[in-house]
Amino acid sequence: MADKTCELMDCGHRACGGCGPAFAGRLILKGSGPNSIVCASTGCMEVFSTPYPQTAWKVPWIHSLFENAAAVASGVESAIKKQGRDENVLCICGDGATFDIGIQCISGAFERGHNITYICYDNEAYMNTGIQRSGATPYDASTTTSPAGKHSFGNNRPKKDLPRILAAHGSPYVATCSIAYPNDVIKKVDKAVTTPGPTYVQIHTPCCTGWGFDGAKTVELAKMAIECGLWVNYDLVLGELDKAKKIKRKPVEDYLRSQKRFAHLFKPQRNDVEIAKIQAIADANAAKYGIDL
Amino acid sequence: MKEILEGSHAVAEAVRLCKPDVISAYPITPQTHIVERLAEMVADGDLDSEYMCVESEFSALSACLGASAAGSRVYSATSSQGLLLMAEVCFNVAGMRQPIVMSIANRAVSAPLSIWNDQQDSIALRDSGWIQLYAEDAQEVHDFHFIAYKVAEDHQVLLPVFICFDGFILSHTYEPVDIPSEAEVDAFLPPYKPYNMLDAKNPLSMGMYATPEYYMEFRYDLDQAMMRSADIIRRVGKEFGEKFGRDYSGLIEEYHLEDAEVAIVAMGSICGTIKDAVDEMRAAGKKVGLLRIITYRPFPADDVKSALKRVKKVGVFEKNLSIGARMKGAVGYEVKDAINDSSTQVLSYVAGLGGRDITIADIKKMVEEIEAGRGDCFFGLRQELI
Amino acid sequence: MALRIGCAAPPGQAQENKTGSWRVFKPEYDHEKCTSCGMCQLICPEGCVHEHDKKFSPDFDFCKGCGLCAAECPVDAITMHKEEK
Repeated sequence: MADKTCELMDCGHRACGGCGPAFAGRLILKGSGPNSIVCASTGCMEVFSTPYPQTAWKVPWIHSLFENAAAVASGVESAIKKQGRDENVLCICGDGATFDIGIQCISGAFERGHNITYICYDNEAYMNTGIQRSGATPYDASTTTSPAGKHSFGNNRPKKDLPRILAAHGSPYVATCSIAYPNDVIKKVDKAVTTPGPTYVQIHTPCCTGWGFDGAKTVELAKMAIECGLWVNYDLVLGELDKAKKIKRKPVEDYLRSQKRFAHLFKPQRNDVEIAKIQAIADANAAKYGIDL
Repeated sequence: MKEILEGSHAVAEAVRLCKPDVISAYPITPQTHIVERLAEMVADGDLDSEYMCVESEFSALSACLGASAAGSRVYSATSSQGLLLMAEVCFNVAGMRQPIVMSIANRAVSAPLSIWNDQQDSIALRDSGWIQLYAEDAQEVHDFHFIAYKVAEDHQVLLPVFICFDGFILSHTYEPVDIPSEAEVDAFLPPYKPYNMLDAKNPLSMGMYATPEYYMEFRYDLDQAMMRSADIIRRVGKEFGEKFGRDYSGLIEEYHLEDAEVAIVAMGSICGTIKDAVDEMRAAGKKVGLLRIITYRPFPADDVKSALKRVKKVGVFEKNLSIGARMKGAVGYEVKDAINDSSTQVLSYVAGLGGRDITIADIKKMVEEIEAGRGDCFFGLRQELI
Repeated sequence: MALRIGCAAPPGQAQENKTGSWRVFKPEYDHEKCTSCGMCQLICPEGCVHEHDKKFSPDFDFCKGCGLCAAECPVDAITMHKEEK
């Protein structure tokens, strides 16, 4: 049950100043409430919040391995079902754990239909280990394992469409949201935890350290991503598009210019070809989700 | 109540009586009959468990971990490739001190692929922090499950347990098994009382990470728990004997060792064959004996030393392989170390890998090799192939 | 203090880590301009902005000086200043 006033993550955690995922963590727990059990994967949120013995979590929390949060959550859900308990069972995992190494466990958990809510905080790379490329890294973003260079424009693959993959598993509710609109995050998490069955929420959480911008601008960057159509806030109810946030769309230029991970697209001069490709991705998103006002 | 049962079904009957809340099952030869029989029991209402058809062994053990952490007794079973796939989780489960009990139908490891029996799978996990029991026959496999849960869930232990039994040889053969009643098992094995638990009424963070200032002491704690478990296994095994008439207070079994000049050390079902071979050799005047290791982890070093103190020639029958190690098998090193007497010869024989049959005649030949001091090698190779 | 087995801990001890020491810039809250919208409290990644009588202030034991509250305050009631140490 959503409660905007509750604070279930303690101060004293070690996230970077201005951290998008840290902000998202507080919002997730406001959406789910104290009657929650969190299954975390290895990653930024796990590492900055639980160096023994200083845990920042005020709800029951378990971390096992990098790739198995969904399987652990399946077990938690089965156990509490058998015991007649009613806690919300959540996974809170980064995009690396979700899109890549954890995809098998998520697929199995969703196929079995467990009553869990899987929340992915998407900062678009393996940030905790130092900014390596993941299946969520956007086209032409420079990361340490997909660096821009003399023969490369950065990551040369589009972002994996995980929300649709999970909707195809029969998930009754799949939503994307962003820390740009915090009340929307809380509302979608609340809806996800109160919808029976396996539900998925993907939260766009810009990373100042990994993307290369000043931490004070985290929310501004998240807004720019939505305003140019590279990130779309939408929800899928029973696999069908229910609502998508409509915008007066801006070109992708300003969003790309604001981040060091796209700086190579503007030096030594503006790379018209690559930026056009990224604009095409935004245009395709706009068409697919009907977001243009 | 005595029934003639397939070994796998003897396991399933024991698990049913232990009443796990959650069973997470992934099939792999030769364990399939266990998970299939448990599924039938659930489908017919004979077992009230949440039964999860997980999508891999990795998820099977991960789901058990979550369910155990949430306060439920859990069960799973695997073999060979499945055990190796869940190896990462095995180490994690032990470190998180979850009392998970898992049956291992011992099977060879790929490559080459083999579905047949040896003990390479569980021996490969010897450093993972799981207690390891090796059963000789179907009755033992059945009884070990009751003992394992009680030992694992003891707050002085809180370690997971592998119950190892030879695939096909024990899993797919029929033996008479005495199955206790539900009331008898309930009187012996109380409901699970977790030490750490995920509970919104009492929040706890489990599986935090440990910096260099803390990590070693956590691992020390784990080893200490394993060392403490030896006496608890003895105590629970003795209590089982008092209640059910079959004593399991020994971590080893001594068979004709009092005046033995040659001793074979072995684990698992092969010990049945070895005992028959020992009987025949004794009848022919040879002073041979068998030391059966039942609890491989924690390794019963003192018991092994004491049992073999008068024997000067020891041969360790190994259904495992430590590639590149001089002695070839893994168990021999620990036996030799336990004896710690340079006047006693300890040799390893790697035999029976991939389900290669071992006969009484083979055992007698092995004894001749031990007597001749020829060992630390593979036994029974087909010379025409190499 | 002895370790809790399983590398587990109850909540509370994170507060021993005073992240306020990380700060380079410090926010200054102008309570005259403040319209009590609560955005600063909602948005702080530390959750260290507290409300008292409908006005808001950070707990400087934990404020990392990230500047998000100042950037997002709709009435520019928060400004960032280099902290003199």
